[in-house]
Amino acid sequence: MSPLNIKKGSSSHSAYDLRDPNSPLEETHTLAVLVANESGVLARVIGLFSGRGYNIDSLTVAEVDHEGHRSRITIVTRGTPAVIEQIKAQLARMVPVHDVHDLTAEGPAVQRELALFKVAGKGESRIEALRLAEIFRANVVDSTLESFVFEITGTPEKIDAFGDLMRPLGLREMARTGVAALSRGA
Amino acid sequence: MTKAMTGARMVVQALKDQGVEVIFGYPGGAVLPIYDEIFQQNDIRHILVRHEQGAVHMAEGYARSTGKPGVVLVTSGPGATNAVTGLTDALLDSIPLVVLSGQVPTFMIGTDGFQEADTVGITRPCTKMNWLVKDTEKLSETIHQAFHVATQGRPGPVLIDIPKDVQFATGTYTPREKIKATHYQPKVKGDIDQITRLVEMMETAERPLFYTGGGVINSGPAASQLLREMVEATGFPITSTLMGLGSYPASGKAWLGMLGMHGLYEANLAMHGCDLMINVGARFDDRITGRIKDFSPHSKKAHIDIDPSSINKVIRVDVPIVGDVGHVLEDMLRLWKARGRKVNKEGLAKWWAQINEWRAVNCLDFKNSEKTIKPQYALQRLEALTKGMDRYITTEVGQHQMWAAQFLGFEDPNRWMTSGGLGTMGYGLPASIGVQVAHPDALVINVAGEASWLMNMQEMGTAMQFRTPVKQFILNNERLGMVRQWQELLHGERYSHSWSESLPDFVKLAEAFGCKGIKCSDPKDLDDAIMDMIRYPGPVIFDCLVEKHENCFPMIPSGKPHNEMLLGEDDTQGVIGAKGAVLV
Repeated sequence: MSPLNIKKGSSSHSAYDLRDPNSPLEETHTLAVLVANESGVLARVIGLFSGRGYNIDSLTVAEVDHEGHRSRITIVTRGTPAVIEQIKAQLARMVPVHDVHDLTAEGPAVQRELALFKVAGKGESRIEALRLAEIFRANVVDSTLESFVFEITGTPEKIDAFGDLMRPLGLREMARTGVAALSRGA
Repeated sequence: MTKAMTGARMVVQALKDQGVEVIFGYPGGAVLPIYDEIFQQNDIRHILVRHEQGAVHMAEGYARSTGKPGVVLVTSGPGATNAVTGLTDALLDSIPLVVLSGQVPTFMIGTDGFQEADTVGITRPCTKMNWLVKDTEKLSETIHQAFHVATQGRPGPVLIDIPKDVQFATGTYTPREKIKATHYQPKVKGDIDQITRLVEMMETAERPLFYTGGGVINSGPAASQLLREMVEATGFPITSTLMGLGSYPASGKAWLGMLGMHGLYEANLAMHGCDLMINVGARFDDRITGRIKDFSPHSKKAHIDIDPSSINKVIRVDVPIVGDVGHVLEDMLRLWKARGRKVNKEGLAKWWAQINEWRAVNCLDFKNSEKTIKPQYALQRLEALTKGMDRYITTEVGQHQMWAAQFLGFEDPNRWMTSGGLGTMGYGLPASIGVQVAHPDALVINVAGEASWLMNMQEMGTAMQFRTPVKQFILNNERLGMVRQWQELLHGERYSHSWSESLPDFVKLAEAFGCKGIKCSDPKDLDDAIMDMIRYPGPVIFDCLVEKHENCFPMIPSGKPHNEMLLGEDDTQGVIGAKGAVLV
């Protein structure tokens, strides 16, 4: 509970957030936005970001409640505390938005991203790629005599690190899903 | 009772269910089935406009002057794109509108069909919400939901795009009362702890000030009544934005006049000098704040707004209260009375003494002339001659708009219709028609500049057809006055394309439309000419030739704080730096 007795995680709390509003430092926040799964809703949410000049570092969306027609949009965004508060308020007031959770502000959360890496090579570099994949707990999901496709899940930082290691070993292509996140605990 | 009917009939039925009496529209291929239904009934009146932008502004005038949502019907493609300016205008000024647009049949969507446009795509950023209805079964529910969304919370425009085959197909009509509650239920009651904090601050503040806006008017007449009661009971001074004029009467003792870029000296200095600012339904627009860094540096600020995203967007406030102005004012007043009606009497007396010194500057003073009509004088006379009448004012955008806000007094809410946020030239004439449709017996005057007025002058045809006796009071300086003023002050007097050449003869133009034209250029004739205009039972185009190079003062130049106002020509030399010129 905040000092103002407003329920944590409620989308209406943003105007009351009491962090230093004038901090010029940019923060990265992961927002979970629960929306009605109707056509045009994703465009409306994305349009808010482009129209008002906010950043999107990562965005994922999928239906999470088929019967209730709800989708969950996970957005990783950057901004000063004041901008982050404004983003949350702008999201929360949208008609098709049911709730907005700031997973970064609301306590510990787990974040995961899935990525596929295509790495081509022969000889020592091919073996090295496979060895590193084991260390990172990546799975081989496709293989030829000259290439692997690795599947890896983890935090964005872990995937970045894996990508950095694969680059000199023959990285050809990569595909990333963007972040999915949930708060820890019940 | 649910029953089967075509989509087109459903549209008309749903509008009737919602209590709609009038719609503004223009037919076309993709809405023909709906027009066929309109033809076969007499409950809803249809006003045929001359351009879809006019339809939306008329609906805005109608909505703003009645408090009810305005309804618009346009066809697909160009019909919908022409509505975009009006939708954006309504979004920025929080005007409830329901716009229905036709669309090509569902099986043609995406084929670049004739008069096809991605209407929901184009209007997404300029509506509060919009829908493309692909199934007749969902049509009536969507329309009822649209009215709910347009009017609840912070009001705004919504659009429903209806493909032609959906209008022809048969489905089940769901009446208004059978609609299941939507999750969209913005909260109207303010947090009582925050309200208590504000009341405590009000009890001790030495230099308090009410800064009110369009939210008071949107909240309904009861909110204006509560505001008046609060101001009278506390004795606090009050100023208002352009959008909020009329919520507190201009004749009231505590009234400081409008604030902002062309606001009154006493209002702006009170904003700068106050120690408690109570923002009631305003949004710290850049025309109000001037330079953010120096905005009201010594005050605690409270902000009452129904839209949480308005709070802390521009100005960080100390007491945020999310809620409907009417509900919050009621709680404030009740609490303040229950706690013993305390105010800081000594502080207030000093504060008023200070304010009265500022008032004595008489910032609206201007050099009058016996030879040419000064625009300020024209508005002073209009005010004097129409005072006490059942009067509604609309405006276009520019100098005349600011002078109207300065020189006309509004005693009641919903009497002043102007394009504030978007600043849409061409708003006033159609808006005046919309107001007149809602108030057939009232005196409706559009205070205009000749350049703005020409932008939607085709709507005089609408005024004639539907016998709306709107008075077009055009302050004609043969210039784009506000552009010219900025070029004089900011761009070295290089008047790039800011004069009106080849203007029509407005009297002949009036005759061409079949209404009355009046021309006046001599201050001595002005009163009689204005009375002629008022007495004439039909529409009038009044060509008031005014001083060409008059500037609008007071003025806070862009990028300056409130305490660096320009009061007149003598103040203008070299005051606006390059930084200010970048701002608008």
